[in-house]
Amino acid sequence: MEKFISLAHGDGGELSHRLIRDVFINAFGDGNEAMFDAASVIISNSKIAVTTDSFVIKPIFFPGGSIGKLAVAGTVNDLAVSGAKPVYLTCGFIIEEGFPVADLRQIVLDMANEARKTGVVIVAGDTKVVERGSADGVYINTTGIGVYQPNMGCSLEFEEGDAIIVSGTIGDHGIAVLTARGELGITVPINSDCASLNTMLDEVLQHSKGVRIMRDPTRGGLATTLVEIAEDFNITMKINEIDVPVKGEVHGVCDLLGFDPLYLANEGKAIIVVAENERNKVIDILREFPEGENAVVIGTIIGKEKGQLLLETPLGSKRILNRLSGTMFPRIC
Amino acid sequence: MLEILKQSSNPEICKPLVEAVIEKAKEFQQKFGRRPAFMEVCGSHTMSLARTGVKQCLKDEVNLISGPGCPVCVTDQRSIDAMIALAEGENRIICTFGDMMRVPGSNKTLLDSKIAGKDIRVLYSPVEAIKIAEENPDKEVIFLGVGFETTIPILTLMVGEAEKRSIGNFSIWMTTKLVEPVLRYLLDAGEVNLDGFLLPGHVSIVLGENSYKYLVDEYHISGVITGFETAELLFGIYKSIELALTGQAAIINNHPSIVTKTGNQVIHQWMDKYLTECDEAWRGIGVIPNSGLDLKPEYSQFNAKKRFTVEVGEPRKTKCRCGEVIRGLISPNECSLFGKACHPMNPVGPCMVSAEGSCAAYYQYMRESF
Repeated sequence: MEKFISLAHGDGGELSHRLIRDVFINAFGDGNEAMFDAASVIISNSKIAVTTDSFVIKPIFFPGGSIGKLAVAGTVNDLAVSGAKPVYLTCGFIIEEGFPVADLRQIVLDMANEARKTGVVIVAGDTKVVERGSADGVYINTTGIGVYQPNMGCSLEFEEGDAIIVSGTIGDHGIAVLTARGELGITVPINSDCASLNTMLDEVLQHSKGVRIMRDPTRGGLATTLVEIAEDFNITMKINEIDVPVKGEVHGVCDLLGFDPLYLANEGKAIIVVAENERNKVIDILREFPEGENAVVIGTIIGKEKGQLLLETPLGSKRILNRLSGTMFPRIC
Repeated sequence: MLEILKQSSNPEICKPLVEAVIEKAKEFQQKFGRRPAFMEVCGSHTMSLARTGVKQCLKDEVNLISGPGCPVCVTDQRSIDAMIALAEGENRIICTFGDMMRVPGSNKTLLDSKIAGKDIRVLYSPVEAIKIAEENPDKEVIFLGVGFETTIPILTLMVGEAEKRSIGNFSIWMTTKLVEPVLRYLLDAGEVNLDGFLLPGHVSIVLGENSYKYLVDEYHISGVITGFETAELLFGIYKSIELALTGQAAIINNHPSIVTKTGNQVIHQWMDKYLTECDEAWRGIGVIPNSGLDLKPEYSQFNAKKRFTVEVGEPRKTKCRCGEVIRGLISPNECSLFGKACHPMNPVGPCMVSAEGSCAAYYQYMRESF
């Protein structure tokens, strides 16, 4: 096998064939689903969920994960928070000419490992190669198919007093990736939280009928996702600043550079809004999983007249939180 | 250390502090028939006071006025336009702190120029600019040197590094500002009635406690050097009221573990080596003599203003009142544009877009519509 990807690896000929055989099938397996131009899969007679996501992260390898792990976990989580059980994935690769084959192997291996862990099967894929300079290393798109299970899911009906739970510390991914880019001039011993949450969230739905909604606060962070929920369902949510779990290291970097952890990306966290009387049960379930060991209640729904998100400071004053507006830039001093 | 910092926002510590400040403020009101008024000189203080809720908790008892301490906000419009025009030149890489990217120029922003294809890079670690210059010998790398005494040492460090590595294609567009001249301007102008200043902890690390002596000796006004955590802010305000009540003027160092009497001498040596005082134009104020620092003539090779000429016309006039906000004459919501024509997604003036701007702090943390 060549050491670097060339345009010929994407021309559909012999090199393409070898790349697919030696890198992709080698890792993903040549399942029964793989037919000629389309995979054939069987889905029981139920409602399905479909989601698609593209991954362009830089750097492609970062503490706690890689673009490969993220491409599986990200799409799996989109299905899982929708209340669906992820079953199939497809993946599309856009690779820059000259990309090291060893790196590609590692990325594909990370995808295969994460897929195995989550129980999804990668059933179809595509590879394209573009000229050097037309892309930055590698981009991956994954599409996921999930199955809704009967009598299980989120009610999307809210009541005053419902608890807002977050499954762990926020901002880890944002800070891990920013520092891994090497542009901050500081090193921080922090890993991305990149992880698939489907098993944990399935357990929550199995045992609680009080779940109102689940979301994963990725780009835009915790605050932006909560604002979206508040506006979409016309509910007033209040979170307590002091209860929001943030690692000391993340706090430190944010203080130094003027970021707000509430707006930093997460890739392995869930927000769960749950009926007041089920909150402890859900917290207990989450804490049984390593991905949820720091799960806490961070706030409540306090009204149903106005779609907005409030934050109560440790001093007891309240302020409105808005969506992230524009890119967050570090401050001057 | 982290545990101590965490304690600083612990409600069990901070809520009683709020009560104590309010009690002291009431005592002041009884004695003088008005709220005590203090100016927080630094943009980071403005942000911290708003974000932690201290401003809201004290709004009926203490008048906290934002001062001219946000470096981007105090940069005059012609200078902003010049920096944006600088980026139009061919074969240049413009390096900047992120705050500058969305600051509105008369015609466009640096972000607009970047989107249009100009090579403009936001640096988190400014010394990175030296590396960029080394890697791009056929391009001119220009750093936009905007900042107060906290930032100026980094600029000298960059020049030192460029000198050491004999890098010929690196320069800084200096538009730095100094704290003392602008405080003197405000006090001389007498437009704002103040009972004291909250002095910024980090600038004071550079300047040292003694550097504020003129406030006491010449203006008979107090200053309390204050940190940025909730408890520190509250304690700084408490001390300020206490001083105002006695009628004595003094400088109190509430940050003695990191702010020394004479400041950071190594930094002073660096600044003396490379820099010399110069006149600077301030937004809403005009030129204040000797209120900035420029590179000494022997370092002209690193001075972008000496190496490149840019031509800018008269700045576009808007109804933005950033100039008055900076001088502490109005609070952001008194500007007719605030929250309507001017908001973070469409800033009309720099105070709405800078991470330390008063308008941004007010918009983000102090609007109460619930």
